[in-house]
Amino acid sequence: MACPVLILHVSGTNRDAETARACELAGGAPQIAHINQLRSGQFRLSDFEMLVLPGGFSYGDALGAGVRQALDLRAFLNQQLQEFVTAGRRVLGICNGFQTLVKAGLLPGTTAGSRPSPAPKESSDEERQVTLTHNRQGKFECRWVHLAVEQGARADYLAGIVEPIFCPIAHAEGNFQVAHSHTLDRLERDGLIAFRYVDADGAPAAGRYPLNPNGSVADIAGICNPAGNVVGLMPHPEDHVVPIQNPLGAKGGLGLSLFRSMIGNGNG
Amino acid sequence: MKTLRIEVVPLAADRNPAIPSAAKRLGVDAVQSCQETRIFFLSSRGPEDLSTDQIEMLCARLMVDPVTETARIIELPSQLPSDSTDLTAKPADGHTVEVALRPGVTDVAARVLEQGAAELGIDGLEAASATGYELVGELSVSDLHLLAQNLFCNDTIERYSLGPITPIFGDNREPQDRVEKLPLSNLTDEALLTFSKERMLSLDVKEMKEIQGYYAEVGRPPTDVELETLAQTWSEHCVHKTFKASIDFTLHDAAGRAVAVEQIQGLLSSYIQAATEAVDRPWVRSAFVDDAGIIEFDEQFDLAFKVETHNHPSALEPFGGANTGIGGVVRDIMGVSARPIACTNVLCFGPQDLPQSELPPGVLHPVRVQQGVVAGIGDYGNKLGLPTVNGAVIYDGGYLGNPLVFCGAAGLLPKNAHPTQPLQGDRVVVLGGRTGRDGIHGATFSSAELTESTHSEAGSAVQIGDPITQKGLIELVEAARDERLYNAITDCGAGGLSSAVGEMAEELGADVELQHVPLKYPGLTPWEIWLSEAQERMVMAVPAGNLHRLGELAELWDVDFRDLGHFTGDGWLRVRYNGLEVAQLPMAFLHDGLPRPHRTAYHREIEPPASAEPTLSEQADVALDPERMLLRMLSFPSVASKEQIVRTYDHEVRGGTLVRPFTGPLMDGPADAAVLKPLGTWRHDKAIALSAGINPLLGKRDPYAMAVSAVDEAFRNAVAVGADPDRIALLDNFCWGNPTLPDRLGSLVRACQGCYDAALAYNAPFISGKDSLYNEFDGQPIPGTLLISAIGIVPDMRAACTSHLKSPGNTLFLLGESRAELGGSLLHHLLGEAGGSSPSLPEKPLDALRTLHAAIRAGLVRSCHDLSEGGLALALAEMCIGGRLGATIDIQPIRTPQRAFCASTALFGESNGRLLLEADPAKADALERRFAGLPLTRLGAVSETPKLVMNRASERLIELQLDEIVLAWKSEPASWTVEKARSPRSPREVAHRRWPAQS
Repeated sequence: MACPVLILHVSGTNRDAETARACELAGGAPQIAHINQLRSGQFRLSDFEMLVLPGGFSYGDALGAGVRQALDLRAFLNQQLQEFVTAGRRVLGICNGFQTLVKAGLLPGTTAGSRPSPAPKESSDEERQVTLTHNRQGKFECRWVHLAVEQGARADYLAGIVEPIFCPIAHAEGNFQVAHSHTLDRLERDGLIAFRYVDADGAPAAGRYPLNPNGSVADIAGICNPAGNVVGLMPHPEDHVVPIQNPLGAKGGLGLSLFRSMIGNGNG
Repeated sequence: MKTLRIEVVPLAADRNPAIPSAAKRLGVDAVQSCQETRIFFLSSRGPEDLSTDQIEMLCARLMVDPVTETARIIELPSQLPSDSTDLTAKPADGHTVEVALRPGVTDVAARVLEQGAAELGIDGLEAASATGYELVGELSVSDLHLLAQNLFCNDTIERYSLGPITPIFGDNREPQDRVEKLPLSNLTDEALLTFSKERMLSLDVKEMKEIQGYYAEVGRPPTDVELETLAQTWSEHCVHKTFKASIDFTLHDAAGRAVAVEQIQGLLSSYIQAATEAVDRPWVRSAFVDDAGIIEFDEQFDLAFKVETHNHPSALEPFGGANTGIGGVVRDIMGVSARPIACTNVLCFGPQDLPQSELPPGVLHPVRVQQGVVAGIGDYGNKLGLPTVNGAVIYDGGYLGNPLVFCGAAGLLPKNAHPTQPLQGDRVVVLGGRTGRDGIHGATFSSAELTESTHSEAGSAVQIGDPITQKGLIELVEAARDERLYNAITDCGAGGLSSAVGEMAEELGADVELQHVPLKYPGLTPWEIWLSEAQERMVMAVPAGNLHRLGELAELWDVDFRDLGHFTGDGWLRVRYNGLEVAQLPMAFLHDGLPRPHRTAYHREIEPPASAEPTLSEQADVALDPERMLLRMLSFPSVASKEQIVRTYDHEVRGGTLVRPFTGPLMDGPADAAVLKPLGTWRHDKAIALSAGINPLLGKRDPYAMAVSAVDEAFRNAVAVGADPDRIALLDNFCWGNPTLPDRLGSLVRACQGCYDAALAYNAPFISGKDSLYNEFDGQPIPGTLLISAIGIVPDMRAACTSHLKSPGNTLFLLGESRAELGGSLLHHLLGEAGGSSPSLPEKPLDALRTLHAAIRAGLVRSCHDLSEGGLALALAEMCIGGRLGATIDIQPIRTPQRAFCASTALFGESNGRLLLEADPAKADALERRFAGLPLTRLGAVSETPKLVMNRASERLIELQLDEIVLAWKSEPASWTVEKARSPRSPREVAHRRWPAQS
């Protein structure tokens, strides 16, 4: 049976339909559901093997990218979502979905990247140590980038993606930043960096614009949680799932490989 | 109640480097840096103040990013000082300017914060937001006011203060039920006209007298609701009086002798619709009837396409004007039951390097207009999740006081899914955004000219968009369509409910209650509710039995919906407020009462073309330095790369953009048109091409030639990327000056005649269009500007073609005839030349384009690029840039029917119907055979050497390094006026200037 994937829609979500197509091509059975349909019980998260938070501008990003959707996750789905993640089911956040997972504290997840002695508060209220902030260029940009899967990342099922993925970014707040240098050390050490911006041959972008399109620290394009089952990234692999979408013709890996890896393994 | 002020400050210095340089342009040199701060004001509607825990929670969850920001929380005194906006006031807090939205303008951040607080269990939070600008440098109070007024605050929608701004929560006005009766019976013609002007009705004496006569007959004065309804229904914007008027048209020859006198019974029916009828294409589903034109796509779907203008709002509030321009045209697509799939835009601005001292009073600087418009278009399209795939930006001094903002949208709809007949008894339902005082008089305002004082007078005509509300509406309309819940649908655009309900109920009549309209805030009078052009609203005719289901869907998608009344069947429009009738008009008078306008027009032809005449004065031709000229053209602002703008638009969302705005290995060469594959249609290989043609430079000289050339360019662009020339439909968008002046109208007549002739030559129907008239500033018209947009079917997306050179050694061909037609060309503009023949219609252009299409589908064409401004030289340079390859050609064999033929014509002439083709040398002969009998000329080859070489036999005309060409095209537009362009600048100098490190 195809892996049932829930694609969450809130006010302002807009890359849900092409994400559904990507999941389908990767062998999944996607269902787009509005958060109101989860609140009303029409759909239950527990009926799905995987959750995708797609791109868009949830609530217009009026208080910062993903901020209000992150609050929605806590206010409406808190329990179900925690159970989902604890059970090891896969969660993928793309662009606005990534921003949401970070702002909701689901990425990089509890304990990871926190200060040496965190204040004794409930875990989800630990002070966030990473964020996605305004692009260094100070504006929204749409352009194609290469990103490489970080070999050794906790999301080890991605390791089979060897060729850099070639796909577009389309964001204004994709600049990954950390509160302290030790936060970055921890992300590196704990295998929580999942994707980095690279050039076409896979060599590090090393901060060079536009290879690293937004000024992200250490060229970080995406991260995962310590268990490896929650993954987020800024670029849009769902916009490169068949070769004809490739602006350079043949060169550059399909984003479909990411969906295949996540769905394939998610299905056992 | 306590009011809190939360200042959200970046932890690391996050200075905006654009501000000091922008200040310098304004003559304020002392600004060293500028730091932006987000400010929130919080208060409680309930009996208790916010607790410390609550404030902390709001900060942590909604207002402050702990990694990049910190917050200062300040409790404000209960007595708040008024803002220090008078010019003598001292800044209270160093060099700080604070800006907030005016009351009534939707504060989206504050609304989202209030909703988020409620989600956190904090009820009754009242919020407002503002932005602070902290400036460092020796600045006087008048400097600060100057910066505030020109950089930070747009008075039309915002207010500012030097030092802390005082928050204004919501809008606490009392409900208003005042309805005025406006006696017209004793007014003289002059008094009627004054009355029309004072109330911003934009009606002329003839129209006012018609209304006066009607009310004399019924024996009572009109109410304000009725009069406003009539004024907007009869406005130029809504009814297109000029395009329906009968016109006495006189054509004069160059010597001023009348050579032809014609009576035209309506421009629309005589030329535009007439062309559609004449070509009679069976795949046209809807032309000129619905909110958008519709053509057939495949067995399952049709395509809708529409282009609108939003010029006057964008002149006043560039961001909001362009923002709602996109919003409006996307709703036109929704208004034909289609799912929007892509956006386009074409923008015309004043010169970006205009010295501040030359800026007329009452005009925003073109830099500010461009920044605002571009941001507004990006904001709306990106947030709706629609790819912005095609467009152009043109700069000309003629657009200084009146910029043009063309906004387009395309959509996909299942066949037979668009119902258009409301039934008696159907409910009148409004869906989407709430109604406020925004956008009142937009329809009539757009039918008046701009003046110095328009900014202060017409503030209420400007609307601010809320794309997220519209996104929900898109989903809801699609769901309602698929469940067939409505019998008719329309966009609530110009004229607001009065227009939407008035048009939908034209045959049946309707009875509506305004109290049911959801308002943003109280205080609107009935006519304001009825006329408001508040954004993001649609009107549907819904059978009563479907209301419940529609309500469920509306709740799911978080969209407001209200039942306002019903379609009666008695042919009357009845509008009530609290049960009392405030308007009662027979539909027949509302829609047919407008007297048919009559206009006079004349046009004087340019000097007659003499076929043997050299097109460039001999002196200029001798002095012409083709190399330098090509570089000047490449950096001419309207030609140069628009990458800085276009990258801020998402052109990838929906995953179907196959030919993008940029092409080539570095993805920075200009594309001819977009090719789109709509989601939901991937099971076959058909795709869509969207393209545009526009040339106001030519229009200044010859509006007929402009029209012909715009049709030709849009059409050719579509064919160049792979569209079938027998499946291309056109849209017309005319932006002109005051049409009651015979010279303005005369050139409009000529442009319409050009549209007709060109449409027939290409056998292409017009399916929709729009005219925007009265584009004048202080009595000066804009250059009459015609945008032709094309939508075509690409039968095989795998054969789609791009414009960049592909491989060294490939053969280059020129398709089409090059004639001595330099009149109105970019070359003439840059040389300051005035004469010459204008580009004409090619002979049998379809034969060549059909053959080209077959060759593209057969895989014989590796790249294809249209020739437009700048001719062959510029087109080939663009292909080299895209492919990062060189080329060597010989122009000697170029065919020309004229005897006198100089290098300037071959290199820079702008004859229509021409394209450059690249072919594999092994297939070059096959390609030539296909074009037997057609004007195909072998010119040369693509080269590995990064050099563009153009020879005439053994004579070298141009030899430029690829780097120089790239640099000229991609660097900031430098030369712009004729005067400046004349000062020689050597290519070597150009080569040393920096451009973004991408090579």
